Amino acid sequence: MTTYLQETVKTRFPAAVLETSAFRGDETVVIKKEALKEVAAFLKDELGFDLLMDLTAVDYLPREPRFELVCHFYSTRHNYRLRLKCPVGADDAKVDSLTPLWAGANWFEREVYDMFGLKFEGHPDLRRLLMYDGFEGHPLRKDYPLKKRQPRIPHRD
Amino acid sequence: MQMTKTELPKNWSLENLEDGRLVLNMGPSHPAMHGIVRVLLTVDGERVSDADVEIGYLHRGFEKTCENVTYNQCVPYTDRLNYVSPFINNVGFALAVEKLMGIETPVRTQYIRVIMSEISRITDHLTCIGANAMELSAFTVYFYLINAREALYKLGDSAAGGRITPAYTRVGGLTRDLPPDFKKDAAEAFKLVRKNLADSDKLLTRNRIFYDRLHNTGHISKEDAISLSFTGPALRSTGVPLDVRKATPYLVYDRFDFDIPVGSNGDNYDRYLVRLEEIQQSMRIVEQALAQLPDGPINHPDFNVSLPPKEEVYGNIEALMAHFKLTFEGVKPPKGEVYQAVEGGNGEVGFYIVSDGTGRPWRLRVRPPSFALTGGLAKMIKGGYIADIVATFGQINMIGGELER
Repeated sequence: MTTYLQETVKTRFPAAVLETSAFRGDETVVIKKEALKEVAAFLKDELGFDLLMDLTAVDYLPREPRFELVCHFYSTRHNYRLRLKCPVGADDAKVDSLTPLWAGANWFEREVYDMFGLKFEGHPDLRRLLMYDGFEGHPLRKDYPLKKRQPRIPHRD
Repeated sequence: MQMTKTELPKNWSLENLEDGRLVLNMGPSHPAMHGIVRVLLTVDGERVSDADVEIGYLHRGFEKTCENVTYNQCVPYTDRLNYVSPFINNVGFALAVEKLMGIETPVRTQYIRVIMSEISRITDHLTCIGANAMELSAFTVYFYLINAREALYKLGDSAAGGRITPAYTRVGGLTRDLPPDFKKDAAEAFKLVRKNLADSDKLLTRNRIFYDRLHNTGHISKEDAISLSFTGPALRSTGVPLDVRKATPYLVYDRFDFDIPVGSNGDNYDRYLVRLEEIQQSMRIVEQALAQLPDGPINHPDFNVSLPPKEEVYGNIEALMAHFKLTFEGVKPPKGEVYQAVEGGNGEVGFYIVSDGTGRPWRLRVRPPSFALTGGLAKMIKGGYIADIVATFGQINMIGGELER
């Protein structure tokens, strides 16, 4: 099973897959971000990964590409999991939104946008989720100081 | 920074739209909604035609904080994720770090972790049902169930030294063993839980008012629930038997005999019934686990993982050094990343940890079950009455601590 899943994705998208691994049994496929939507749709429609368990990002400052988008998929039909990652550069911090495929991606992507500043193209309503309008910066970026103070925002009616 | 326009206005006052609909602000502080969440409703008479859920009132920067402390220092923060079932978060976090390190805890520890997790699941469900009933004006039931919960909190307190902030697990073990008469206390507590639960069951399950408020409200289909990343009782109420304890067993869950209740209708009433049955199943698991509970150590023997006993620390230099290194630098998992899921009260609680080989996590991400549920709340309340929001929100069991971290 381990190799089957990785091999399937690899043979289907030979140009897009950068790396596959299974550290501690977590099967992982790293792909180019341009192919994200295509690979995700393939996982959903043909491999049966119908549940987007989690979508988040990691900031690897000072590495380049700086960010990594991490999706955890789960298949209710086959009961297995897959992690899909794609590196995202800081100068072009944009990826395709997965919201058209999984409605649940909506809030996960809003949170990533809020916390890391990654933009999701095709997202229906990309706003901050946990922070407020007028918050400066993205708190989970590694260059955001732990004790940074925010400016006061004007009183809202 | 570019903000996408939403259909709903963001101000805080009542507003009449041109087509006769009204924009109504529910929350952030509303007596019928526990937890702080703002729901901007567009209502057409009593019907909800559109909804926008706004969260973020309890964001504490859990993930950022954890990147700056050692692994064991994260444990007390995990208590505050889901504060009605803190043990499950403790266990989930410890399991994630242990998976990252590739170690396994002693069998006794695994049993104790199962016992405490299940007790936590019961307190979670009791709170959910109790608060839900209270909001639908069945106040007596609330007292019955909270009384039962208190007995379980005391049980947890006797083991961990804290009612809702136990911080019970450590990487590779536990802070302390179970107290000597834990079995007896558990039996007594369960007697009370069973009695109060039976009373509440009689008061609620076939109660006309309660039934009408829950049945066919907050309905969600199986496909939508999966698409919205629902897990836990909310997903199981639609008929999908997904439970992490059965799907990908962790700890020693595969040694117990228990069932996964599922609903068929996907409405609030089914969620209520699923929770009610899960309490019974959890008690079943605890009783089996207490009967099987083996003797033995509770901490991993390696001094690079768990603190050496005090006699050793004062007695020899190796243990002293290990103690010092563990306290100041923390456990050091190898470079890598893992995702570990456990079944929480509301669904899958996932910990995604990225380690760079130091004593502090490079990235610690929690996949909170409430997050997906609250994200789907708008879909569940659209088309229903305003009064149904209270019932649906109660059965979603939003916990601000894990939702906003």
